[in-house]
Amino acid sequence: MSTATTQAAVDAKTIEQLEERARFIRSEVIRLISIAKVGHYASAFSCAEIIAALYYGAMRLRRGEPDWPDRDRFMFGKGHAAVALYPVLADYDFIPTDVLDEYTRLGNPLGDHPDMTKVPGVDFSSGSIGHALSAGLGMSLAGRVQGRDFNSFVLLGDGEQNEGQVWEAAMSAAHHRAGRVIAIVDRNRYCLDGEVDQVMGIEPLAEKWRAFGWEPHEVDGHDVGALCSLFRSLAKRQDPTVPAVVIAHTVKGKGVDFMESEIGWHLGFLSPEDEKGALDQIEAGNGRSS
Amino acid sequence: MATQQIQRSAEQSWTLLDLLDQAPGLIALSDTLVEIAEEGAPVVALTGDLKYSNGLVRFAERYPERFFNMGISEQNMVSTAAGMATLGLTPFVADFASFLPLLCCEQIRTDVAYSQLPVRLIGHHAGITLGFYGTSRHATEDLAVTRAIANLTVVCPTDASMLAASIRASVGWEQPIYFRIGRGREPDVYDPENLRDFEFGRAIWHHRGVDAVLISTGSMVSPSLEAVRRLRDEGHDVGMLDMHTIKPIDRQAILMAAAAGSPLITVEEHNVIGGLGGAVAETLSEKGSRSRLRRHGIPDVYSLIGPPTHLYRHYGLEGAGIEAVIREELEKGR
Repeated sequence: MSTATTQAAVDAKTIEQLEERARFIRSEVIRLISIAKVGHYASAFSCAEIIAALYYGAMRLRRGEPDWPDRDRFMFGKGHAAVALYPVLADYDFIPTDVLDEYTRLGNPLGDHPDMTKVPGVDFSSGSIGHALSAGLGMSLAGRVQGRDFNSFVLLGDGEQNEGQVWEAAMSAAHHRAGRVIAIVDRNRYCLDGEVDQVMGIEPLAEKWRAFGWEPHEVDGHDVGALCSLFRSLAKRQDPTVPAVVIAHTVKGKGVDFMESEIGWHLGFLSPEDEKGALDQIEAGNGRSS
Repeated sequence: MATQQIQRSAEQSWTLLDLLDQAPGLIALSDTLVEIAEEGAPVVALTGDLKYSNGLVRFAERYPERFFNMGISEQNMVSTAAGMATLGLTPFVADFASFLPLLCCEQIRTDVAYSQLPVRLIGHHAGITLGFYGTSRHATEDLAVTRAIANLTVVCPTDASMLAASIRASVGWEQPIYFRIGRGREPDVYDPENLRDFEFGRAIWHHRGVDAVLISTGSMVSPSLEAVRRLRDEGHDVGMLDMHTIKPIDRQAILMAAAAGSPLITVEEHNVIGGLGGAVAETLSEKGSRSRLRRHGIPDVYSLIGPPTHLYRHYGLEGAGIEAVIREELEKGR
């Protein structure tokens, strides 16, 4: 796919580890949502490999040190998928594991949308679609003022591409030569009311980003090897001046066949019986689109 | 100023750049930012294609690497500033008051205030000061909007000296702040020496009085003082309080003003709904005060187009207009 970046292949062992982490994320999503009794399964599943590849394959992180100032940043535009991030933060010892067990209960720091004032390792609060790319840009510009070279990874929804502020931020990042901002579009093709391209079309997406001065890349968003290789190559660019966007082609609900085919699973609840079936599918790695 | 001199055919011609040196309030804004930056405050400044209108060009010339022109993309600008603040910087974001708190309300709420980031928002040319540029350029709702946002401190500096004092007071203030200022040409009310103990949330008494007490804010303090002094010269015991901080409001000062059951008059260059008048009304009614309240300001209408001085006269927001309102209240008695 379109790339001017040199990408080194990822070895089989790493691929296996990342695939296992993606399964871990999905099964934890199911567990946490069973506590809340409602949640965004399908949106979390479409970005499970993206988060696995970032946190376990590409980002600069130190276990147990969420406040390390040179840590790579990650934030959501599609904040309703934060349930996919919390297990990773616990796995990195950024938050205690037992906090997960009380997910969304009264007084727990973890909500459907992430809150940076309550959760170490959450780099920016979300809840309003369209703000995160601007925030990532601000972090990157502040990093420049302070002489830090961390990357800001910003995961955007494809429905989020409808927001005007995304394009303000895109124009601004290119103008300010903020090459350490790396946007990722989870192109799962669905927003709440149906297909993105039926509700408010966004194509030609790569051409739009290119026209805004970005370097677009397209990738299979469930291929952990391809994701990891691409993220690593983007993260390691020397003094980048052109921001990069990764359009990750994904399947909403990926990993559980009935979620892949039913748009209602944007938000829902699995009965214990269906939960078992979903977990079995995730463990076997055999969702419909696999 | 290091701005370029331009050849003109007539001496009387002028441009935007000539106005910069005529606005002490805007000079104070940039100069104070430079001062606190030189003292070590991690200041960055952002504006949306308005560095000449708000004078931030002066800061930009001193600290080009800390100045960010974000173009006409105000929402992106506010969220970007929030992102910058997560690294410990103190971003000052200046834009027209008609845009910043209204167009960017949601970014201010979610990214700045909810996230408890110490961003400083400066809404300049607030109220009706942009006169004939059009009603859409008037900002008469911004106090109501910002006052309802939790975690946000709301301050209306009276003049250039108080703007400087309030920027200094903001160093180390953990909450985000909305500074509401005019066009930088407000008459001097304060000597900087008198503002040494300036604090957010502590109103400044100019006169104690029992016949009536004015509570004014921002640009309205100077004409209010003018009116109060005339009436005091006539023997009326009229009090005057500068309520520079709208949130947290100085409840103690309001209750002291109302202690004798004196009629209170709030004066603001803002809709009478939701701003200073609203805040004072809330305080009085919760305490069951005997004092009557007259809210003077823009009477819940879209302000007319006209030269600013004509508009102030039309809405009774100049010295004579405020004096007339006080006289009406004095006639009603307590």
